[in-house]
Amino acid sequence: MQPITRIRSTTVVLPTRDIDTDQIIPARFLTATSREGFGVQLFHDLRFNKDGSPNPGFALNQPAAAGCAVLVAGNNFGCGSSREHAIWALLDYGIRAVVSTEIADIFRNNGLKNGLISIVVDTQTHQWLLDNPGTEVEIDIARTTLRFAGDKTVAFQLDDFARYCLVGGIDQLGFLRQRMPDIENFEQNRSWTP
Amino acid sequence: MPSTLFEKVWHDHLVTPETPDTPAILYIDLHLIHEVTTPQAFALLREQQLPVRRPDLTLATMDHSTPTLPGASFKDVAIVGASAVKQISQMQKNCADFGIALLDHDSDDRGIVHVIGPELGATQPGKTIVCGDSHTSTHGAFGALAFGIGTTEVGHVLATQCLLQRQPKTLAVDISGRLGAGVSAKDLILAIIGQIGVNGGTRHVLEYRGAAIEAMGMDARMTVCNMSIEAGARAGMIAPDDTTVNYLAGRPQAPRGRDWDSAVTRWRRLVSDDGARFDAMVSVDVARLGPMVTFGTNPGMVIGINEAIPDSRGDPSFRKALDYMQLVPGKPLTDTEVDVVFVGSCTNSRLSDLQDAAAILKGRRVADGVTMLVVPGSQQIKEQAEAIGLDKIFRAAGAQWRESGCSMCIGMNGDTVPNGKLSVSTSNRNFEGRQGAGARTILASPITAAASAVSGRVADPRPFLREA
Repeated sequence: MQPITRIRSTTVVLPTRDIDTDQIIPARFLTATSREGFGVQLFHDLRFNKDGSPNPGFALNQPAAAGCAVLVAGNNFGCGSSREHAIWALLDYGIRAVVSTEIADIFRNNGLKNGLISIVVDTQTHQWLLDNPGTEVEIDIARTTLRFAGDKTVAFQLDDFARYCLVGGIDQLGFLRQRMPDIENFEQNRSWTP
Repeated sequence: MPSTLFEKVWHDHLVTPETPDTPAILYIDLHLIHEVTTPQAFALLREQQLPVRRPDLTLATMDHSTPTLPGASFKDVAIVGASAVKQISQMQKNCADFGIALLDHDSDDRGIVHVIGPELGATQPGKTIVCGDSHTSTHGAFGALAFGIGTTEVGHVLATQCLLQRQPKTLAVDISGRLGAGVSAKDLILAIIGQIGVNGGTRHVLEYRGAAIEAMGMDARMTVCNMSIEAGARAGMIAPDDTTVNYLAGRPQAPRGRDWDSAVTRWRRLVSDDGARFDAMVSVDVARLGPMVTFGTNPGMVIGINEAIPDSRGDPSFRKALDYMQLVPGKPLTDTEVDVVFVGSCTNSRLSDLQDAAAILKGRRVADGVTMLVVPGSQQIKEQAEAIGLDKIFRAAGAQWRESGCSMCIGMNGDTVPNGKLSVSTSNRNFEGRQGAGARTILASPITAAASAVSGRVADPRPFLREA
């Protein structure tokens, strides 16, 4: 994974609460067997009309949204299915961070494995970001801060290990495999075997 | 120090404990895999030239992309879509190449992964169980710690049999009262989600306790734990008891002989000790609970069958959900015309669920204009249901009796609800488009679904029980 230290971008806003992973990428696209190319299907049924034309009312179809890497979303973003395809679709499209007041556990965890960062902020900051789509924000991963509205800065929670992996471009599987002696030791010494 | 059920299972699986700098390394006893969330993980193993570390702890089947139309196997039935064909053949190749036994289309033991794990006795109290599937929470009904993971973590487990995890918090759900006639585990879990919200369990492992849980059979307990994820929870657990032990006795992968005795002794200790501390607690009284139905686009938007749909109070997310559902506030759902009824999914496709639906359909007809699918959770359940004549009841009523699979819960195999049509479904998610693009889903119990199929409208099942 490439090291990630800083994300600077304008925002795109989806204020709806509880956007689930079925909306991020509908299940009918999950028969693919590679990680690539899911960006065109991102938010498919919200982004496109039934005839396949872009829905002009959807935030990602606004001209100002082009190139945005930070998505500000309603509370409890990414709930539902564990499909990592949701993360791959967002990254493939160009979204690298999601900001909300609550982000679902599996989504957040899957994101960190791929370099997509979930940032939980207080309701006041969230409301300001919802009210100001297209604003420029800057995310500092090493310092775990989000800068917005010019000079305002809020800190966000990020697990120290996740931060270490993001900033260092560390592969977590590599880390686990280095601990193989501990894993073998556990298997040999447990009081029962599955 | 007194411990919770979760803490006992967690501590029993720590290869190394967590520190501020590093998560715990958690050992996984059972890895369930299916065709949708594994191809990219196997690709990574190939890239890094890694073997699957414990094929013997890996249980593989195919359930999502597989057809359910009647036939001896899916060799005789068209798999819908070229990419689904490729996904299925890729799963067969991956399992063959990496030495994993696959419960393939010709296996009598195949079915939905969360149905066959328990059925085969692979799911056991005290195990850690993961799958690239959020409804892995189902297996917590046995006192296992079971949770859904993404495909990258599927790769971690395939390669190392371990996961890097931070310890989640605990939430005790104390349930008092007994469920009344016509009210089931599905109604109970929908009521709980309605009460705590679709993010009420986020970052927590739930433990369901109390008289209503103790009175439930394993099928019902699985229904409850299955939907823990719909409250955002990491997992849901129920302490094992006589019901659990009796269910597992004699199952093909359950321990035998002296191993069985020592396993049962170990399982008996898997209860939350008196005085064990939970991070949060919630109480639910089910004595007056009636059948529950969802009206919106997440499982927390739920009401009693005779209650009116609440007002949006200017909330745009709420209004968007009602617009999608084409429903208006102030009226109950019982007037709503139904197009499709689905009885199935890892939530409600077990024998007792099918018996509940059959009890309503016996001697009655599915209403004109309603399509009803009954999809057993496994080939074993299909066989058991046919042995007691349930298939004949469903067919005589005008319902379709299918082969096992996820089917219309997720609509990946061609079983979909047509655009704009209204479905009463025993599955777990009423998300926009979940059962097919534009499909409108009302979640309900098997009894309520069957009563709605007969009525042609969303229906309270209790009058049907009195007539029977």
